[in-house]
Amino acid sequence: MSDKIIQITEMNKWFGDFQVLKNINLEVEKNKKIVVCGPSGSGKSTLIRCINRLEEHQQGSIIVDGNELTEDTKDIEKIRAEVGMVFQQFNLFPHLSILDNCTLAPIWVKKMPKKEAEDLALQHLEKVQIADQASKYPGQLSGGQQQRCAIARALCMEPKIMLFDEPTSALDPEMIKEVLDAMVNLAKAGMTMIVVTHEMGFAKEVADEVIFMDEGMIVERAETKEFFANPKSDRTKLFLSQIL
Amino acid sequence: MNKLNFLQPDKNNLNIYLYTGVILVALSIFIVFLNSFFNKDIISFLPGSISFFLPLISGFIGLHLIRIDYSGLKFLDSINKNINTNNFNAFLSLLIVFVIIKSLPPLLSWFILDANIAGDSKDVCTGSGACWTYIKIWFNRFMYGMYPNAEQWRINLSFIALAFLGTIGFFATEKFKKYLTLYYVVVYPVIAFFFIFFFISGGPIFFDFSYGIIAAVISIIIGFFIPTKFKMYYFIIVPITLYILLKYVFFYEELIELGKLEALEWVETGAWGGLSLTFIVSFFCLIFCFPIGLFLSLGRRSDFPIIKYFSIGMIEFWRGVPLITVLFMSSVMFPMFLPEDMFIDKLVRVIIAISLFEAAYVAEVIRGGLQALPRGQYDAAKSLGMGYWKMHILVILPQALKLVIPGIANTFLALVKDTPLIFVVGLLEIVGMLNLAKTNPEWLGFAMEGYVFASVLFFIICYAMSKYSYNLEQKYKTER
Repeated sequence: MSDKIIQITEMNKWFGDFQVLKNINLEVEKNKKIVVCGPSGSGKSTLIRCINRLEEHQQGSIIVDGNELTEDTKDIEKIRAEVGMVFQQFNLFPHLSILDNCTLAPIWVKKMPKKEAEDLALQHLEKVQIADQASKYPGQLSGGQQQRCAIARALCMEPKIMLFDEPTSALDPEMIKEVLDAMVNLAKAGMTMIVVTHEMGFAKEVADEVIFMDEGMIVERAETKEFFANPKSDRTKLFLSQIL
Repeated sequence: MNKLNFLQPDKNNLNIYLYTGVILVALSIFIVFLNSFFNKDIISFLPGSISFFLPLISGFIGLHLIRIDYSGLKFLDSINKNINTNNFNAFLSLLIVFVIIKSLPPLLSWFILDANIAGDSKDVCTGSGACWTYIKIWFNRFMYGMYPNAEQWRINLSFIALAFLGTIGFFATEKFKKYLTLYYVVVYPVIAFFFIFFFISGGPIFFDFSYGIIAAVISIIIGFFIPTKFKMYYFIIVPITLYILLKYVFFYEELIELGKLEALEWVETGAWGGLSLTFIVSFFCLIFCFPIGLFLSLGRRSDFPIIKYFSIGMIEFWRGVPLITVLFMSSVMFPMFLPEDMFIDKLVRVIIAISLFEAAYVAEVIRGGLQALPRGQYDAAKSLGMGYWKMHILVILPQALKLVIPGIANTFLALVKDTPLIFVVGLLEIVGMLNLAKTNPEWLGFAMEGYVFASVLFFIICYAMSKYSYNLEQKYKTER
């Protein structure tokens, strides 16, 4: 029996008068890797930002690991601490060194002793292969290194779910691979992942399921092989023909 | 033989151009120098306007002639690069040099050559220059205001002690470094407050101060033997208990006895003044206005309507009224709202008023920094599970404050230079004392010396602050 770690039912969201997400239903089981794709402006990023409540939804319900996200969720910070997120623009803290970026949240949010947090951070930095840069500042690193550090930073909180919001879109083609490698390793280690990306190679290699979104709706959801071999809707076929 | 083209000097005839140019420039400077320092106009035989413009023209041509790229002479190249890049810059450089030469003799003669400093009465000031005797005689008043001469060691001692305690940060070992922020933000202002309030003010209240120090010293010594687990409770409870015991049980009788002996004479704040008052007011206003401004700036961006509109109201109100009216109201209007028997010292009221006033400016400066941060920083902090305060203290404020160091330094400089306005409530800091001194019938007519003296002092203070802020900026530069 597989348990559902994220359950989104009948979710709607508006930015002012504009409806960005329409009637979203999505269930994600533990340890599954889901890739969300679709044209820009289709609401992919907004959807995953709703999952750790960086955006608020107006209708429907989102349940993450048994906790429903509502306006009066008191310990929203606790839920966020269990959901790691990696951003398109890295969003590392420029005033802190790479190591401090990784230890900041464990020390102050999880109250971990400093020594322990540093060991943990080095361990994760080792995994993404930038342990040798630990004492540098984000501004001194390349884009790919920064994004890998951002992944390590999220992992240091030992999250149950990882959200990736177009992690490779701001990178040079050469650096995309190093970030994707880090993500593939993470997927193989059994993390629950939701990845918004245009990297179809990555989707084919790692994803259990692929979701195609357009105009705020989930147009199609299918097993990865099925999705690429026989897409059902015409919109998906059009998208795939343009992107592949 | 190369042809000489005076419109376009080049490297081939370097020496000819160089010598002609240098002679022309030197000649022009020499003419102005003679004219300015020795009042000799050696070209007066020329018609009026030509004799006036000749130095400028000859210097201009001279600079044009020595403007040779890659001449190979280091000195010449550096001159060309720095002051002589094109005709316009050459002209400006020349003009500035002439203005300096022209203005030096009168300044020198006023400040030094024709000035008097000897003697101790107005009669010695016979020259046309400044009368520094005036400053010398009044120096004590300019520094300490009406504070009794015999008690001035208290001000000196306090300032020296505070200056010493302020430099502790430079000597702290690695182990104590992490407590420095706490020390400077909480402990140091409290110590400073006690020094000023009990020591400089004096009077019977001084005993409270002594008891406080005794209680603190004893509890710190015992504190070393208390297990870490109980330390927090210990340092909250024991010093206060000790203080109360000292004050009311052990020394109560002695206090009454000593009170009659008047160990430290009470000096009311109205008598404080001069530069020391400038320091006291600036120091406390700087300390208070920063945290208030910080909270107002955060409040203005808050999601809670009450906090938000309260902050907006505070900021807009204090920014919208002139400081002089605020000070006036603090002394005239404010006491009306207090109960009959309640009395708040004039100086305290002034410090509160200026702090609130400047806090509004600080708040807007900090808000500028907060808005300059990309939204991604907030998102990242939130996604790591940080709440509002953790996010701001650990991620947002360190970056925002770093961005606004120049703006805050600006506000602080303005604050220091606004302190003379406290004369409206009868507190006379240095400029107030100058105004008082210049109306003294025995010393009429020396306003100029006084204002120059005050300007120099203010310049030193402000320049030091601006240098310090620049150093801070450099220190916290981590990106790229």
